[in-house]
Amino acid sequence: MSTPDVSTPEGRIVYDEVVAARAPWSRVVKAGETLRIVDLEGNQAVDCILYRADDPVERYSAADTMTSQNNVYLVTGTRLLSNEGNVLMTITGTTVERHDTIGGACSRESNSLRYGHHTRAQHACVENFVHDNAQREMGKRDVVPNINWFMNVPVEADGSLGIVDGISPPGGWVDLRAEIDTLVAISNCPQINNPCNGFNPTPVRLIITAL
Amino acid sequence: MESISTATTHGARDHARSQAGLRAEFQPTIPAAAALDRPPGVAPDDMLWEETVEPGNYAARVLPRGANLRLTDLAGDTCVQLLVFNAAATTERLNLPDTVKIQWQAYLGQGALLLSDMGRVLASVREDTAAGHDLFNAMSTQARNDTRYGSGSVHGSAPNARDRFAVALSKYGLGRRDIGPAANLFKKVIVAADGSFTWHGDESPPGGRLLLRCEMDVLVALTVTPHVLDPRSEYTVTPLGVTAWRGAVTAGDDPVRLSIPERARAFENTEDWYLS
Repeated sequence: MSTPDVSTPEGRIVYDEVVAARAPWSRVVKAGETLRIVDLEGNQAVDCILYRADDPVERYSAADTMTSQNNVYLVTGTRLLSNEGNVLMTITGTTVERHDTIGGACSRESNSLRYGHHTRAQHACVENFVHDNAQREMGKRDVVPNINWFMNVPVEADGSLGIVDGISPPGGWVDLRAEIDTLVAISNCPQINNPCNGFNPTPVRLIITAL
Repeated sequence: MESISTATTHGARDHARSQAGLRAEFQPTIPAAAALDRPPGVAPDDMLWEETVEPGNYAARVLPRGANLRLTDLAGDTCVQLLVFNAAATTERLNLPDTVKIQWQAYLGQGALLLSDMGRVLASVREDTAAGHDLFNAMSTQARNDTRYGSGSVHGSAPNARDRFAVALSKYGLGRRDIGPAANLFKKVIVAADGSFTWHGDESPPGGRLLLRCEMDVLVALTVTPHVLDPRSEYTVTPLGVTAWRGAVTAGDDPVRLSIPERARAFENTEDWYLS
């Protein structure tokens, strides 16, 4: 975990791009392909929702994923389930101890509760997701509780829960193998009011490989 | 009734009409003013809803801002999956990650708010005598209940929550896209330090109550089905009592509202919505 591994994953590279800080991104990852998300500079939350490519009414379910593995944290081996209980993608490897799926996506509206009404005009992940969804006639109804790659949300014994300092070093990565054709929607988190991005949103690299 | 012949339309009509006035174990009381269990101090005309919900079944209703919604675990083994929407704009709905994150608290209890994805408060918990609840786990699907209980279909012996919601929400113009994660009420689940779930679902008492105040005009939809972590091999869940009555809009000096700054701002955003 201490040595950043920015080498590309095994297989033929079919896509390799850097997603700018604060930007949305989406693409279908085909069954059998692996998406590597690289946290280039460290401590960068990457918000992510998965949709079944041929029927996006079926989509990532944080609740089904947590129930099926009896744990709130996403780790190597976690199967990312849909709301119909099907496996969309599998975490085949990661350099980071755990990832979050209970913290949700930041929004202008939730920011106003968490930090104050002065944050209302700031960019947020829900803005990215809704904007990206609009190109395929999906909308806010389709923005469901998401995955936060590289984000650290502990739950304490008294139920206290919150986003704390990140645990991903520069170059940290997570590999996601698509089990069926999966539309992956990402918001490279623009949050500047909490430590999820080290108060400084940075780019991430996305590499898709096929065997 | 067997003495009435249904061989003719008139006979069938008389047979149908002769059933009026029967009372089933599971039904709403209509009109609500005739509620069998009207709370003390509540005038009949302020009653909005009384219903006993059958295990495996569902209920849904629009309730006005200020309404009190009391859910009673009649026999001590109910489990309720709850969804809440802004009735006037149903794209706004309960958001469980925001609910736990904004209040810095994983567990639902007295004084907690159910928050929407638009930074407003849909409902507040005014009284809670259940052992606990669960805001993290899934709801059952047909495939799961087929595997676990032999039959998960809505016409079978172990109806699943997801398909119940699909029907309940369809009656309000919503569909499968709108079935977000639900709060699981009356079954306590704890998150351990390593992130794993610990089942405490057998701790809620008979008669345990959760009293919610609707802080917006809301569409409430609920199913009564076993929790997905329930270790029992039989489909086990007991009836839910639902009672709702009119109430006042939450005041500016409300102690729940003022308990933490995040809640106060949720009320401010809600009041801002009602300015227009």
